[in-house]
Amino acid sequence: MAVTDSQRRWPGATLARVPYWVYQDDANYRAELRQIFEGPTWSFVCLESDVAHPGAFRTTFVGEMPVIVVRGEDGAINAFENRCAHRGALIALDDTGSAKHFQCIYHAWTYDLRGNLTGIAFEKGSNGRGGMPADFCKADHGPRKLRTATLHGLVFATLSPATPALATYLSDPIRARVTRVLQRPMRVLGRFVQALPNNWKLYVENVKDTYHASLLHAFFGTFRITRLTQGGGVMVSPDGGHHASTTIQRAEDRTSTAYRDQGIRSEREGYRLVDPSLLDGVDEFGDGIQLQILTVFPNFVLQQIQNCLAVRQVLPKGPDAMELHWTYFGFEDDDADMRRRRLKQLNLVGPAGYVSMEDGCVGGFVQRGAAAAADEVSVVNMGGEEAESQETRATEASVRGFWKAYRRYMGY
Amino acid sequence: MASDLSAATLQPVLAQINAEYARALDDDRLEDWPEFFTDPCLYVITSADNHRQGFAAGVVYADSKGMLHDRVAALRQANIYERHTYRHLVGLPAVIGEEDGHARAETPFLVVRIMRDGRMDLFATGRYLDLLVDDGRALRFRERVVVCDSNRFDTLLAIPL
Repeated sequence: MAVTDSQRRWPGATLARVPYWVYQDDANYRAELRQIFEGPTWSFVCLESDVAHPGAFRTTFVGEMPVIVVRGEDGAINAFENRCAHRGALIALDDTGSAKHFQCIYHAWTYDLRGNLTGIAFEKGSNGRGGMPADFCKADHGPRKLRTATLHGLVFATLSPATPALATYLSDPIRARVTRVLQRPMRVLGRFVQALPNNWKLYVENVKDTYHASLLHAFFGTFRITRLTQGGGVMVSPDGGHHASTTIQRAEDRTSTAYRDQGIRSEREGYRLVDPSLLDGVDEFGDGIQLQILTVFPNFVLQQIQNCLAVRQVLPKGPDAMELHWTYFGFEDDDADMRRRRLKQLNLVGPAGYVSMEDGCVGGFVQRGAAAAADEVSVVNMGGEEAESQETRATEASVRGFWKAYRRYMGY
Repeated sequence: MASDLSAATLQPVLAQINAEYARALDDDRLEDWPEFFTDPCLYVITSADNHRQGFAAGVVYADSKGMLHDRVAALRQANIYERHTYRHLVGLPAVIGEEDGHARAETPFLVVRIMRDGRMDLFATGRYLDLLVDDGRALRFRERVVVCDSNRFDTLLAIPL
């Protein structure tokens, strides 16, 4: 177990209780950046198509560390800290672009596409005076380098030499669930950023929480896109950190009265779309799975809601703020009908999504509701106390899985 | 309503339509909002980055008046969000051109969001890229593409822009 930098103590061994200070404490947040995001985990950074040719780069973050992801001359995908080795300024200032090399604007120190320091302006001084010491070795200085790994067009990066290979990290069952969706070359349809007023973990828990979806999201329940009375289940990786939940339509669900019998708000009979083309989905993966939500610890979400596909990158921005970077996509070989279908179904997700709109505010409700409750605990008991895969979604097993992994990385 | 879509005729008409459009949204008369559009239509909320790169997806994407009605019905009946209102400040429309009974116009806007606790934020700025047509009774939006200047949306976008 890692030793935590935080002064906090976890209240007991059970995975079914989570203290609220974990969403509030500044020292704990700093420890997370070091021990999780800069630790032995894989963070999603971009798509392979974002860095399609040598020199193509994209700037992003691993935790709060600014990074440059760039395709090298040799075709490899490199990633290094976006921080000049000289005085720490950002090296690249654009979100995306194409470069033969990178030069810091501050004092013109130059880096190659691997992040090696290759040039120092006036290294030998001017007119025999000034300049760097004769024994200064450029190879000993440079921004920190990250390892990268790809999976079906996704690029992940890690700073720690201790991180296992990506395939091992994910586990076979989770990797197979990524493969299920990403079998063809991806085509980006749009990108948006959603700023959320809550700790990053509240969003990741929300994504893993299969219990809430049809209860909070009335749109889901009303149109029976996902209901807990439908088939499906939740798969949790052995280490707890990653998950994939699925929903499969079952014929008998059409007549289920479980929601109405419990007086649940999300059940609203008589609510019908004027233009039902929004829900004109096709079974493009051929397995009857209407909805699959997958997370990779700590910052990645792959979403399939009917034909509405997106990846989401979670970026922490302090103890009580985060950004969600949405990339909507389809596939290169989509025909016009499929493209239109995806554009319409994308109304379900994003900042204005019929389904995901509430996820934008509910984390803030917890952040505010628990403001004075640092030493109180939340209850994560649906489906027991363990974090194993379950053939129901009326469970919080994958949320407990998150805490199992989190506590291991944090030493709690 | 004038079927003369020349700039001089159209500009004051469009300014009036924009003012009515903003009042409908800011006064919580969302049910009136689809009536500003033809059927079919195109209403998309996107960002300058996405627009520049030719990405078709929006945070809202509707290609029929029915989808606009559905958006309002979902806001009224299904979606959960904290009570808030907008104040639109809509600039002067620039009439860009006219073709085949359609007029193209571009109008800048600014939207302040007022939360239930009194907090006010500059929520969005951008421009409306409009394709207008006179359907015999009124000038309506065949297309209204809302291009927000920023790619970043705070918390959620419920009420249309």
